[in-house]
Amino acid sequence: MNPAKATVGRPRLAVELAGLKLKNPLMPASGTFGYGEEFAPYLDLNQLGAIVTKGLSLNPKAGNPTPRIAETVSGMLNAIGLQNVGVDAFIRDKMPFLEQFDSPVIVNFFGNTQKEYAEVAARLNDVPGVAALEMNISCPNVKQGGIVFGTDPRAAFDVITTVRKRLNKPLIVKLTPNVTDIRITAKAAEDAGADAISLINTLTGMSVDVRTRKPRIANVIGGLSGPGIRPVAVRMTHQVVQTVKIPVVGIGGIMRAEDALEFLIVGATAVQVGTANFVDPNAMQTILADLEAFCVEQGVADINDLIGTLQL
Amino acid sequence: MKNLQTIVLSNQEVSPGYFRMRILAPGYKGTAKPGQFVMFRVRRSLPPLLRRPFGIFQIGSLPADCEGMPEKEFIELIYKVVGSGTEVMRELHNGDRIELLGPLGRGFEIDDEQGDKILVGGGIGLVPLYMLADSLADRSKTRLLIGGRSREDIITVTEFERLGVTSHVTTEDGSLGEAGLITRILERKLDKYPQAKVYSCGPMPMLRAVEAICSERNVPLQVSLEALMACGVGACLGCVVKGDGHSDENPQYLCTCRQGPVFHSHELDWERMKKNAEQEESS
Repeated sequence: MNPAKATVGRPRLAVELAGLKLKNPLMPASGTFGYGEEFAPYLDLNQLGAIVTKGLSLNPKAGNPTPRIAETVSGMLNAIGLQNVGVDAFIRDKMPFLEQFDSPVIVNFFGNTQKEYAEVAARLNDVPGVAALEMNISCPNVKQGGIVFGTDPRAAFDVITTVRKRLNKPLIVKLTPNVTDIRITAKAAEDAGADAISLINTLTGMSVDVRTRKPRIANVIGGLSGPGIRPVAVRMTHQVVQTVKIPVVGIGGIMRAEDALEFLIVGATAVQVGTANFVDPNAMQTILADLEAFCVEQGVADINDLIGTLQL
Repeated sequence: MKNLQTIVLSNQEVSPGYFRMRILAPGYKGTAKPGQFVMFRVRRSLPPLLRRPFGIFQIGSLPADCEGMPEKEFIELIYKVVGSGTEVMRELHNGDRIELLGPLGRGFEIDDEQGDKILVGGGIGLVPLYMLADSLADRSKTRLLIGGRSREDIITVTEFERLGVTSHVTTEDGSLGEAGLITRILERKLDKYPQAKVYSCGPMPMLRAVEAICSERNVPLQVSLEALMACGVGACLGCVVKGDGHSDENPQYLCTCRQGPVFHSHELDWERMKKNAEQEESS
């Protein structure tokens, strides 16, 4: 990276992730971008590297009681409860809108049993417009006393293996950070046949209203997101990149281009922008423009030349 | 609907703890509807992280700075300082840069311009009712009922009166207008004008009481709800309320930001709102 080196023309931002060709490494994080249509008035969905949908389950899910969100220092807690329309309604009502765009559609999904995971994956496998699946393994396994799949490497391995068998599309596994050593679950995901890993999901947290002495969200415990968690996410991305051979998608508190670059430099092939979409529906377009400007300024002709260039 | 990078024109304390902010907002005049709201953001990179939703009080314009320039369209917000977001807002001055996302949501629906109308506001809840009153061609049959804890909570009533609206004020401590709750006046007015339509905005206990009175008398009611929200565009699902068709088997959650903030009262599940409130109070 020599600042004096001039690039001719626009830098190349395209990356390849698990066989998907992305125009650039930016995509929304699941659950912060609805089903895409909510943001269409504010940004051009064709400019995104990929579109990632809200998490889908076999049956529609009502979600949690309110209050569901609370602001924290440099972040927010949420316990939406994975409210979604269900996989069939998604395919019927939401997919036609998303198919208009040439950005690949990555569908996030989850289940409460291995069978549910497999069934949702099988249904999405038959939908031509779905480019890849992102599997949320931060859900409680109801068959095993509610232990979160992603916190038990054995359970994670089993459920990913089951899904892998039912799926011909690329499979991205999204890891929970609420573990002692994320490298162990990352390795389990790779061994089970994941094509890529995305991380991190939200960190569990809690906040109390001291006047009412009640938790500030009805579910008591929620997921923490936003710029405050970014150093944790960068650290975990770094560790996972060092551990697995499959590509990694970095997520956690990206608000600006420089934040995205941290993840790319430690070795993420792509990044997801989450909470920033709530703060500014144009956020990803701004980040993309600034990412390009950074490459020009730094004389980087191809963004791939930046990925994994951490100087130790 | 767009994100506007703009500036504050003025920001004045109009009553202890209540501020009125005028913001340069080209594009709002003629497009924003009564009852719509904006998501307000203090400059980039400053806390608080999330935007805050505010109902639009009024839209207007100032003469152009010089000939040939467009007139300066503005919107006004009125807010009460209650937390970290409004604490930052109160410090803003003329020329400070801010961002506005809007106009957002579904506003009030007016199907008969001429009929009797009763606007019921609780404290700061009267904000979205001003544009509603202002949009009516004939305000002589419009009555504003405004209630608050104390006289400091009663704001901008004279401006409603200037529109030709008759106003009735109650305060819980009796420091202004009649002592007591505004719902008592609503009952009295509905006795006199049973054909009136009611439009209301205010704290949830007041809205529940207004709804009970209106549903008992079969009076059409539209309410503007307040909710915690992160995005304002229907993505975070933080601001949901239960719809009338809601059941555990067949959940129906409505986004306050997109399907609201104004709802016809029959669209909402008031039984459940009541139950939730009772649980909250007892726990």
